[in-house]
Amino acid sequence: MLIRRAPRFTASEITDPTLYLSRRELISGAAAALVLAPGLGSAAAPALQPLTATRNAAFNLNESATKVEAATTYNNFYEFGVNKDDPSRLGHTLRPRPWAVQVDGCVQKSKTFDIDELTRLFPLEERVYSLRCVEAWSMVIPWIGFPLASLLKRVEPTGQAKFVEFTTLLDPNQFPAQKPGFFGFSSLDWPYVEGLRLDEAMHPLTLLTVGMYGKVLPNQNGAPVRVVVPWKYGFKSAKSIVRIRLVGEQPKTAWEKAAPSEYGFYSNVNPAVSHPRWSQADERRLGEFRRRPTLPFNGYADQVASLYSGMDLKKNF
Amino acid sequence: MTRPARVALKVFVWGACLAPLALLAYRAWNDDLGANPISFITNTLGDWTLRILLTSLAMTPLRIVFGLSWPITLRRLLGLFAFVYVCLHFAVWSVLDFFFDWPRMWADILKRPYITMGMLALVSLIPLAATSTTGMIRRLGARNWNRLHRLAYFAAVCAVLHYLWLAKVGVKDPYWYAAALVMLLGVRVWEWGRRVTRRRRGRAVPASPPVGSRAENPLS
Repeated sequence: MLIRRAPRFTASEITDPTLYLSRRELISGAAAALVLAPGLGSAAAPALQPLTATRNAAFNLNESATKVEAATTYNNFYEFGVNKDDPSRLGHTLRPRPWAVQVDGCVQKSKTFDIDELTRLFPLEERVYSLRCVEAWSMVIPWIGFPLASLLKRVEPTGQAKFVEFTTLLDPNQFPAQKPGFFGFSSLDWPYVEGLRLDEAMHPLTLLTVGMYGKVLPNQNGAPVRVVVPWKYGFKSAKSIVRIRLVGEQPKTAWEKAAPSEYGFYSNVNPAVSHPRWSQADERRLGEFRRRPTLPFNGYADQVASLYSGMDLKKNF
Repeated sequence: MTRPARVALKVFVWGACLAPLALLAYRAWNDDLGANPISFITNTLGDWTLRILLTSLAMTPLRIVFGLSWPITLRRLLGLFAFVYVCLHFAVWSVLDFFFDWPRMWADILKRPYITMGMLALVSLIPLAATSTTGMIRRLGARNWNRLHRLAYFAAVCAVLHYLWLAKVGVKDPYWYAAALVMLLGVRVWEWGRRVTRRRRGRAVPASPPVGSRAENPLS
């Protein structure tokens, strides 16, 4: 085929190479600035401070850790919303510093700790625990922290202390879902309160946690300080704690108040006791295809089963 | 309604009903299904089953309330798409989630009320899909066919209960679906009440076309 027509544009209309080259410089320069500027994009994902800790071989689950992307984007943290991606999407509103943790109640030496003071109080250890959610999925997470027992001993519990109550920060400006919604509708009765029996809180497995995956805790995982109780369903491990109170009576926990028939005070991982609506016999470990059987006390039975000897675990679920 | 308009409408419905599946496939291809892909796929398919099922039940109320007859022509297509989605939802649950562990699934169907409701919804949609062809309508007769297809209300109630009973504290979506269903069924109850009172007064009811008429026939 013969092309008869002359081009419809003139040479002068073609962009001068110096012009478009400078455009390219501008664009690549802007891209470099985006990559290099540490402050940019911090609203969505602040750079987390690395945290040095010694791996404690005695508490090292011999399984590969869940991908950090999964552990930081698939979260139940109702203060940000009920959906799994709400905490990572909305987590930037939480300000984990400055932060104070009040430790009081039935103790000789009640004290309010600054978070940085608390972090330096005891040597930090890294422990790889499995985390079993009451919704029948699980993860393997390398946590960083120290035994809660160390802190509790420091404040010297009195003879009246029988339970430990954890309270999460109450601040609707930092936790959007604490604002009442339609018709004053709220998912839980804020603040979030959790509790342990004193001997559970003093157990060497119970970890006061300030980091994970070698860095400080991301907001969506309960920054700046949370507790991790690996033989219980995940919701027992209170996040973003502002108060640890030793008390004589069993605390009324947030989930017990919301649905007492579904979430008991003990909530030990137990494949033999179903959630009223679904089975707890098996679980999906994130990243795996097939379900795997759930183990009694989430695999920590040899260490914690003795805490409950003589108790009917079906009744005390 | 003109033929091109009818065709355009059907094409639109096909596109709208296939779009969620296409998006799911696209996200799967890009490894963008989140940390718990099986749960994400199951929930997405369940959501769209409910949405499409409730949309199919909105066609008659559109006629009752606004006097529009063309939505009725979309009812069968929407119903069949709801059936496709519920089958995929079930397939993902039985294959990906429980990997053919039939004894375990059967135990859950009997023991877990939300799963019982889900299965009831699925099972009650099977005869509706099976009798959706023109031939089946003719064979059953419009009267029997209409009676049988009231099962769609039962399926929708089961499906909404399925979601209400599985959702955890604080999840509001199932309540929106329940509210929508109450409205859609409420319109029908209101229309039925209106007909009964008119009949008692001995008047004809011009608004409701006879069974099997063009407006009532799903194929018209």
